[in-house]
Amino acid sequence: MSAALEIRDVDVVLGGRRLLHGVSLHAAAGEVVGLLGPNGSGKSTLLRTAYGVVRPSAGSVRTAGLDVATARPRELARRCAVLTQDHAVDLELTVLDVVLLGRIPHPRSRGGRRSDVDLARTCLERVDGIHLADRAFPTLSGGERQRVLLARALCQEPQVLLLDEPTNHLDVAHQLELLELVAALGVTCVVALHDLTLAAAYCDRIALLADGRLVAEGAPAAVLTPERVEDVYGVTCDVLPHPRTRRPLVAVSHRGRPVHPD
Amino acid sequence: MVALLVAVVASIGIGSTGVGPGTTLRILAAHLLPGEHVATWTLVEDRIVWSFRTPRVLLAAVVGAALAIVGVILQAVIRNPLADPYVLGASSGAALGAVIGLVLGASVPGLLVSGSAFAGAVLAGLLVYLLASRGGRIESLRLVLAGVALSYLFSAVTSWITVTAEHGKLPGILFFLLGSISSADWATLPLPALVLGLGAAYALLRTDHLNAVMTGDETATSLGVDVTRFRIETLLVTSLLVGSVVAVAGGIGFVGMVVPHVCRLLVGADHRRLLPVAALAGALLLVAVDTLARTAAAPRELPVGVVTALVGAPFFLWLLRRRPVGGVA
Repeated sequence: MSAALEIRDVDVVLGGRRLLHGVSLHAAAGEVVGLLGPNGSGKSTLLRTAYGVVRPSAGSVRTAGLDVATARPRELARRCAVLTQDHAVDLELTVLDVVLLGRIPHPRSRGGRRSDVDLARTCLERVDGIHLADRAFPTLSGGERQRVLLARALCQEPQVLLLDEPTNHLDVAHQLELLELVAALGVTCVVALHDLTLAAAYCDRIALLADGRLVAEGAPAAVLTPERVEDVYGVTCDVLPHPRTRRPLVAVSHRGRPVHPD
Repeated sequence: MVALLVAVVASIGIGSTGVGPGTTLRILAAHLLPGEHVATWTLVEDRIVWSFRTPRVLLAAVVGAALAIVGVILQAVIRNPLADPYVLGASSGAALGAVIGLVLGASVPGLLVSGSAFAGAVLAGLLVYLLASRGGRIESLRLVLAGVALSYLFSAVTSWITVTAEHGKLPGILFFLLGSISSADWATLPLPALVLGLGAAYALLRTDHLNAVMTGDETATSLGVDVTRFRIETLLVTSLLVGSVVAVAGGIGFVGMVVPHVCRLLVGADHRRLLPVAALAGALLLVAVDTLARTAAAPRELPVGVVTALVGAPFFLWLLRRRPVGGVA
């Protein structure tokens, strides 16, 4: 199967600073790829190149079969949805209206407003948020907001879903729920995350960034070795097999402290 | 819509010489509907209703709707609740243009004043755009700051001209700066009405874009909106609207800022509902306010801008207090 997302040798320079150095990333159709790396390592910038907000100074980006450099924004938006980190908190819309924003890039003729509302309700059900439909968006908690915004992204019916730290503001249960949902969508998904164990649990592959460069890429167990985590994040860690899932469990401890206290 | 029609007819009837609603309707019917009409009214009543008040009330409606639409668009595009026709410099640019026109010759608001007001607004819009864009992008904060700074500059120049102008020209300038629809006749109506029609059609076609930009540049882009291009388009459209309005009615404040807010409290922020509601409410408000302006202190006329602020500000503050915080109506 062809790659749903194909980023090749991308350089990004913004305001005189070089944010990405020749980064390549691909995601096959239906794959969930985790994007890891410390703050400022270029995760958000890499995602931004994939939906066309940041133009790379070198390299090429193909998202859902479209060359991002030349594709019409609306065409791209029909195939690729994004959950960004910049949210207008004071959006004075009802939750259902927020989800319906996802229909903006689609032509209106196809089924009319009624079927759009039906779809929006289905998307809300999928994120366990149908009971919020008539609430005012600003009155939601951080976690509810995130789920509603995911429903909005789903309402775009994307082939590729890009999520920039979607588990921010979520409690443990909702973090798991959201990533489980994302993994079960069958949609190609690139998700920037901070929690290494969470990424290892739900991602098919992991790409690790540091200082705007791709450090490693592959299966979670292959990428998340203690040496690499220590190298990139500056923390000491042990990687154990999770007692139930056998997925890598990354147990970190601050550098400087003895690894074995006794 | 019905309320607007009723208000228009009632307002045409009200004035220093009262004409009953029945007579008003019959006179309007005589002019608008084909066929024979038995005149049960005097020629004076006919002149008052058809030649003076009807164009004036219609112009008030056009100006009110245009200002409200400009406010709705700017508040969404700039994502700033204080945005109004003044923020992007278009109003003060138009005012400066008008005042220059007045000083240069025209004693009564005429073609020269209208033309120079229009040019001032468009020029201001262009200047704000040039100042706010950098590297092909326009950010909303830069847009606001450039607009506000230019507004101050234009206002300062306008004040300079006002202070140094001949005394004979002062009342005209002042009346223009404060806003008034008293110059209305059938000839002043077509241009603002045409621009309003085009502007409203554009805005109604772009309600999705307006909804999208409310969510922020990043998300709007991911929804397929070319944000920078949209900002340029809206800057152009709002400059044209403001120019055409200031050219005939001077600077009428408050409508453009408050009407969108009030309507948002009433029907929510979805522009598919908000835009038409705000346009009608703006028209309704200005028709009512203009009626008040020409009757409250009769036979003297108050500037409309003064009345909009006097009536609008307390109402808005009351609504602000009454509303549950964070709620959507």
